[in-house]
Amino acid sequence: MNAIEISKWIVGILVLFGALLNLISAIGIIRLPDVYSRLHASTKAATLGVMCILIGTFLFFSIVDGDINARILLAIVFIFITSPVGGHLISRAGYHAGVSLWESSIKDDLHTKKRKKQS
Amino acid sequence: MAFQLIINLLIAFTWMFLNNAWSFGSFISGFIIGIGILYVLKGSQRFYLKGVAAIIKLLLIFLKELLMSTLEVAKLVLKPSLDIQPGIFAMDIDLKEDWEITVLSSLITLTPGTLVVDISPDNKTLYIHAIDLPDAEEARRDIDHSFVKAIKEVTR
Repeated sequence: MNAIEISKWIVGILVLFGALLNLISAIGIIRLPDVYSRLHASTKAATLGVMCILIGTFLFFSIVDGDINARILLAIVFIFITSPVGGHLISRAGYHAGVSLWESSIKDDLHTKKRKKQS
Repeated sequence: MAFQLIINLLIAFTWMFLNNAWSFGSFISGFIIGIGILYVLKGSQRFYLKGVAAIIKLLLIFLKELLMSTLEVAKLVLKPSLDIQPGIFAMDIDLKEDWEITVLSSLITLTPGTLVVDISPDNKTLYIHAIDLPDAEEARRDIDHSFVKAIKEVTR
């Protein structure tokens, strides 16, 4: 096996792994009980999944075609920076709009703080 | 830190002027000579490459935590029984700068099983949603402290 064959294998594994992670993230959005738990699935698994697919694309075009595309690297950096911020903002907006936690949640420090401020 | 970097670039350009050689290789050799000069002349200030090394270390922690948290969430989602105990807990932090708090909350969001929900208005407390609270709250606090240490290493 020469270098291009081996790198094709690596690219295939990366892309398949990324697609699998995105599938797991989608299943998590369906299965988990409330907004906050769903955000756990969607911010983490989907970020890494998309990053794996993009890295696989970058490696494929740079090794097999010899065409280094810097925009893909830039997209990886942007996704890496923006996705945790997006998760935080959605959960914060949900909390302040009054979306309640799942019934079997066992602790809510933010709620006690808010009530103390009102009384 | 930024000032030392600019001085280093200036030394590299001066080196290129002195040699009348306008190539990337000559820039690199001037830069390395500048690193040597700055290291000798840094005095009581902190050498700026230490800050760069701390930033690279922070980036590696970021990547490692992302991988770990993804595997954790995948395990949780694919487990047949849903026996999680979510909750929101408060955590006190002692970071001053706004960007430090931003980096810390991004890191916590990418840590296994935690998600920053709110930051108190006086920047002293983070409210973190954990997907499985009793399991690993203490361990998570340890991880968060190591993050805080790594972030402080960049600024200090």
